[in-house]
Amino acid sequence: MCGIAGMFNLDGAPVAPESLRGMIRMLAHRGPDDTGVHAQDAVGLAHARLSIIDLAGGHQPMPNEDASLWITFNGEIFNYLELRQDLIRKGHRFATRSDTEVLLHLYEEEGDDCVRYLNGQWAFAIWDNQRRRLFLSRDRLGVRPLFYTQVNKTFLFGSEIKALFAHKEVSREIDVNGLDELFTYWCTIPPATLFRNIHELPPGHSMSVDAGGVSIRFYWDCQFETESAVADSSREQKYADELLELLIDATQVRLRSDVPVGAYLSGGLDSTVTTALVKKYTNARLRTFSVAFDDAVFDESPFQRDAVRFLDTDHQEIRCTKNQIAEVFPEVIWHTEKPVLRTAPAPLYLLSRLVRNSGYKVVVTGEGADEVLGGYDIFKETKIRRFWESQPNSKMRPALLRRLYPYLQNIRNQPDAYRNAFFHINVDPALQPFFSHIPRWQLTAKLKTFFSDATRAQIAADDGYSKVRTRLPRSFTSWDSFCQAQYLETKYLLPGYILSSQGDRMGMAHSVEGRFPFLDHRIVEFASRLPISLKMKVLNEKFLLKRSAAGLIPPSVMKRHKQPYRAPEACSFLQPAAREYMQELLSPEQIRHDGIFDERSVALLLDKFRRGAAIGIKDNMGLVGIVSTQLLIHQFVNHFESRMTSHGTQQRIAAVRN
Amino acid sequence: MALNNELRQFVIDNFMFGNPGESFADSDSFLERGIIDSTGVMELIAFLEQRYRIKLQDQDLIPDNLDSVDGLARLVENRLPPN
Repeated sequence: MCGIAGMFNLDGAPVAPESLRGMIRMLAHRGPDDTGVHAQDAVGLAHARLSIIDLAGGHQPMPNEDASLWITFNGEIFNYLELRQDLIRKGHRFATRSDTEVLLHLYEEEGDDCVRYLNGQWAFAIWDNQRRRLFLSRDRLGVRPLFYTQVNKTFLFGSEIKALFAHKEVSREIDVNGLDELFTYWCTIPPATLFRNIHELPPGHSMSVDAGGVSIRFYWDCQFETESAVADSSREQKYADELLELLIDATQVRLRSDVPVGAYLSGGLDSTVTTALVKKYTNARLRTFSVAFDDAVFDESPFQRDAVRFLDTDHQEIRCTKNQIAEVFPEVIWHTEKPVLRTAPAPLYLLSRLVRNSGYKVVVTGEGADEVLGGYDIFKETKIRRFWESQPNSKMRPALLRRLYPYLQNIRNQPDAYRNAFFHINVDPALQPFFSHIPRWQLTAKLKTFFSDATRAQIAADDGYSKVRTRLPRSFTSWDSFCQAQYLETKYLLPGYILSSQGDRMGMAHSVEGRFPFLDHRIVEFASRLPISLKMKVLNEKFLLKRSAAGLIPPSVMKRHKQPYRAPEACSFLQPAAREYMQELLSPEQIRHDGIFDERSVALLLDKFRRGAAIGIKDNMGLVGIVSTQLLIHQFVNHFESRMTSHGTQQRIAAVRN
Repeated sequence: MALNNELRQFVIDNFMFGNPGESFADSDSFLERGIIDSTGVMELIAFLEQRYRIKLQDQDLIPDNLDSVDGLARLVENRLPPN
């Protein structure tokens, strides 16, 4: 895995290699093994490399044979061996064994359509010298990041926003509309980011830049054309066999690497399945890694141990405390580059450090199974709310509700208005496409009560979720609300939080690359055709996956109740390691100075925590959101120069040590 | 009325963080007005029990009692020992 950056002066002015070096230096954590810079007239590409495939021959930026194309590439093309064979048959000649070179030749052959042939996770830029044009692309589901901006006549791009900020003409201001999105959807809606005039290329999109300007096109989106349900058990088995076959292949191609591959093991179904498959197809002893918590509410280590015994792996874990979460949280935000409403990224930051210190660069994990195969509680909740809506007077199945709302067992006897408000059933017809997500979005939006009047005044009104609405696929309204929920999770929360703030950015903080068999696009497309009942049978989540995985994983993991991955929340910020930055960044003076939040509201929230009275999810999300926003402002707006200098120094020290 | 005001202030400080936005009436439903969500109910109960030294039973935990300032005030008044 790697970091990429570059620039293109649309007015033809020559690029200064020194600016490129400044940008790529900010991404040294993504690629500590090698750096390369290529400047050619008005265009410059830069690369920080983590060597994984073709350790000797994969230096970048890389040209084609006649140097008419140059590429800088972050990611992996898992089907590069097959593509390479095809290209050789068509007469292409290769100088290296790398997947990077395959991309160059494929672009020669197919032009912008090259991305349609790729199975992988990527962000890359190709400079096409004949056409005087830069072509950039990002993988289908947004595993790898890509940001860009334009100042005056210069187009700039990079794997992380900090690379763009290293360019002296790029300004660093919070975009309150990006903040407003995050405090609604838990993520920004690309192209928006938390910073004004900094854009994110959405997953499944490519863009081209030439003297005439920038053009962005989508090349892939998930579409749901579900097959009708079957009661026939042999058909079910056929689906299960097909899923297993796809999963085996998706895992096998993800083991293509010239360095050893490890696995994350959370103790849940998904990562136990991927670990079992890796184990089956790896000859060497398999190394697995996990997070354990002292607090039993969050801890899954008994299940992790079951899986380790069953799969016979060499296992290492970190025990994560609240104080450690507090300690690393500023660094976590340096890497996420956006606020978070949960502390869950922090333990994953500690985990990737363990992986790196154990000498591993690549881990296979179970991300994506919940979105693709129907595991999340929000899908369950949607089913229940639809059930309730269609039969409001039903005295049947109150157990359904008790499972999700244990303290409101008497809901059936409550007045209609109360009950409908509780279940968010009276959804405005105009908001019906978002039926599944209305409870979450409305709850999260309550956090805006902490915004200052000035912030609120700058936010453009958007009661109808228009940023999401205008981007929905045409057929969306005809889908079942279960599939609509899946789409919204896969399209927004997956790339905008799970794969970024919890994924790429936490792994890359310690130069660790994640690979996700469940996010192989063949599996995503297969799953989008499945009858809904095979994803969630009544309320049994990931039904088909469980059937496919029978015998592969320990029975205890198969049978356990699904537990969402969570970490100790805002209480972490009352720990000693947080004292200094909490005092500094959440003081009334600092809150007033930064201007995003209302100092009185923040003081009331802090007071509530100190009294031990903050128990609600809203208070927790509120404090995590406020602390992370203040850390973001501190590091990226107020003190970026000092971070930039220390970043360079740290890298130089690391280089000397090595 | 003092009781109503105290309860109202608690709701504003703890659920709306001092920022009531549009004003709400003592008879307005917390849930329908989006002031308190399902997780806030536990907080309310904890506050009432601590502040007024009363013990609430399961049968008390119904919207009539917990879903408005008026409801809370009635509940507390009924539970307080007679002066």
